[in-house]
Amino acid sequence: MTDISNPISGRRMLLSDEMIQVFYRLLAAFLICAALTILTNSFFSVGNILNVLRQASLLFFIASGLTLVVLTGGLDLSIGANVAISACVAGTVIHQTGSPTLGVLTGIGVGGAVGMLNGVMVTALRIPSFIATYGMLWVLHGITYWYMGGETMHGFPAGFRQIGSGYFLGLPIPVYLLLVFLAIGTIFAQRTTWGQEIYAIGANPVAARLSGIPVARRLLLVYTVSGAMAGLASIIFLARLNSAEADIGESLTLPAIAAVLIGGTSLFGGLGTVFGTFVGALILTLVLNGMNLLSVNASWQPLVTGVIVILAVWLDMKTRRRAA
Amino acid sequence: MTQLAQPKAAGSIVQAAPPLFELRGISKEFPGVKALDDVSFSVWPGEVHMLLGENGAGKSSLMKVLCGAYRADGGSFYHKGQRVEISSAADAQKLGIAVIFQEFSLVPYLDIAQNIFLGREPAGRIPGTIDRKRILADAKQVLASIGFDIDPSIRIEKLGVAQQQMVEIAKAISQNARILVMDEPTAALSDRETELLFALIARLKADGVAIIYISHRMAEVFSLGDRITVLRDGRRIDEVKPGAVSSDDLVRMMVGRSVDMSYPRTFAQIPGKVMLEVKGLSSASGIAGIDLVVRQGEIVGLCGLVGSGRTEVVRAIFGADKATAGQLLFDGQEKSGGPDEAARLGLALIPESRKAEGLALIRSVGDNLIVSALRKIFPRGLFDQGRSRQVANDLIRQLRIATPSDKQAVGLLSGGNQQKVVIGKWLAAGAKLFIFDEPTRGIDVGAKAEIFALIDRLVADGAAALMISSEQAEICHVCDRAYVMRDGRIAGELTRHELSEENIVKLGMHHA
Repeated sequence: MTDISNPISGRRMLLSDEMIQVFYRLLAAFLICAALTILTNSFFSVGNILNVLRQASLLFFIASGLTLVVLTGGLDLSIGANVAISACVAGTVIHQTGSPTLGVLTGIGVGGAVGMLNGVMVTALRIPSFIATYGMLWVLHGITYWYMGGETMHGFPAGFRQIGSGYFLGLPIPVYLLLVFLAIGTIFAQRTTWGQEIYAIGANPVAARLSGIPVARRLLLVYTVSGAMAGLASIIFLARLNSAEADIGESLTLPAIAAVLIGGTSLFGGLGTVFGTFVGALILTLVLNGMNLLSVNASWQPLVTGVIVILAVWLDMKTRRRAA
Repeated sequence: MTQLAQPKAAGSIVQAAPPLFELRGISKEFPGVKALDDVSFSVWPGEVHMLLGENGAGKSSLMKVLCGAYRADGGSFYHKGQRVEISSAADAQKLGIAVIFQEFSLVPYLDIAQNIFLGREPAGRIPGTIDRKRILADAKQVLASIGFDIDPSIRIEKLGVAQQQMVEIAKAISQNARILVMDEPTAALSDRETELLFALIARLKADGVAIIYISHRMAEVFSLGDRITVLRDGRRIDEVKPGAVSSDDLVRMMVGRSVDMSYPRTFAQIPGKVMLEVKGLSSASGIAGIDLVVRQGEIVGLCGLVGSGRTEVVRAIFGADKATAGQLLFDGQEKSGGPDEAARLGLALIPESRKAEGLALIRSVGDNLIVSALRKIFPRGLFDQGRSRQVANDLIRQLRIATPSDKQAVGLLSGGNQQKVVIGKWLAAGAKLFIFDEPTRGIDVGAKAEIFALIDRLVADGAAALMISSEQAEICHVCDRAYVMRDGRIAGELTRHELSEENIVKLGMHHA
């Protein structure tokens, strides 16, 4: 990433495929911004751009953990349902104890525990991730609906709500969190041996195992991280909405998958970046924001999302030089 | 290799008619590589035309052009003297061209009959159904025509490699194939199975089928070929008659220089301490009571027929298959875990199927070279691209891996170079015991000698090697000792002095 923004960094790096792919996407995001600036009066304002970033950040939290799962060749369909249960349990803890810290830890902990269960199903029981996490989606829904009993939780401490709606030095808190987790995610994927092993697993799980990579342990980690990121997203959701109900976050799974795909991560595993997913989340949010500003009927949004996903993946296949 | 008397095509008939199929001036270019450069090639009915060349010489490309998988950039095709086009697999099939690839295209969960008639099933009385009785009868007839006596309702997954190959050939014959392209058909066959295949080839020749045969085995080239075409770097070097050349001549044509066919083995070291001791090893994959020992500085062979349990033994040693009984001692330490433990202790597995089990084809040469050494190079877990590329490039130089850069996708390299990457991966990891499963399968002569030189250097430097090979000549030449397997058990051990192809066969055969 640094090599694109700073080509004179002295590293003898050729532009890798991954970087070219990310560059295309940044260009697309930029073009969308330019178009919206020309087409609307309200797009290019501090308020709106911060709004876009805040929305993109929420999508990114979920999609970043999912990116790691997809890099291994798996899929996590339970993230939306995981957000719901994490938010509801965390909300209860805050209400009962009055401690936001405990609430945050609970949210991330529940999310992570659900993710770990997914990981156990995938590794120990060898259930394909698509099916394991799809089943988990229903189980979590069931538990959350039973737990909430149709109630809605309201009113959280002001300090806690700052996480979702506060500002620091003029920027929303979620945007700082976005930058922090973008950095952590990128460093983890690109600059740690575990990250490298995750790419290797996604590219060929059999070869990865026979190369001495502890595949099961890495997968367990990846699903746990995906769950924990859903837990983190649930906290920010909770703090922003100041309420929780059983279907909170339910609609986030498919947009998160869209962000990952638009960001250039291959569903077959082994190809993609966390930064790409960030740009993917940004593009998706920009387009939806632009449609709102242009007063396009909201019912067109799913259609446009679908078209972008298909277009992005098709262009990705066209532009990548792949090995036979 | 068993010599079989082969009926050669009658010369006079050959001269009179135009060839059954001819390629003239075929070219095919990929970004940065000229895969085929003005290649001409012809084949007459009832002849076996050998296609020889190192990996990357253009044999695979030529084959893919022939079967319509690639479209030639230049050149023309002639069928019985008539100009034809091949721009799709359907075109090739209509012309009666069929390719038997090394990796079969059979559907494992369907039975033999269904596979033979896949997509052409005879319709039953009710529209949309298949006439099961007829498909079985037809299959039986096709199988009988190639002398293969088997129940066509057996599912493909239950068959061995040799039998699957027979089914592939039956399928081609049932599609009225008159030009059969075989890509190293004996690579995965035992000697007995090879004999059966050669008998079938003789039968097909007598029926007037033209066979284009790709091989790396000199003995076959001479015993089977009516003509030999040598390719190198995408160009046709020459077309010769087997009687007119020696194997040294052919090797020279293939590599452009003369290569010492006898693999270098220095036997520099007197076998040292015991590196690996296996006691009573059994696994669910059908091996039982395996005892073997590998010492430092030794290359130990593991022979036996395909299906005798050789691969299963090394998989169990490496931890890829779970052992159900027995004990493994590596360097005096007990080992019971999976491949990650094996790799950490210093075991290396170079699997038979490079593409499926050895490499991540979409990743770069560099990424593949360091994947097993990540823990060793970056003990704190922080990955550094610069350091990683440095290690990779050192290995690329040391092993003379032919690649434009460490960033090249490994799937784009030739077989020999891919094999070097798999070995390099374990060199980087600092492995002490190298387990090779058919290390020279699908590798050309030049690269073969290089691979063996590499193995020799490894053991001379204090490592140890356990090597599976179906080429008994290789085992005899290279190994200090060898174990011979039969039906999932060790049938016997041969010392350096006892090692001969004859002894290996005797021990490996049933009712020996």
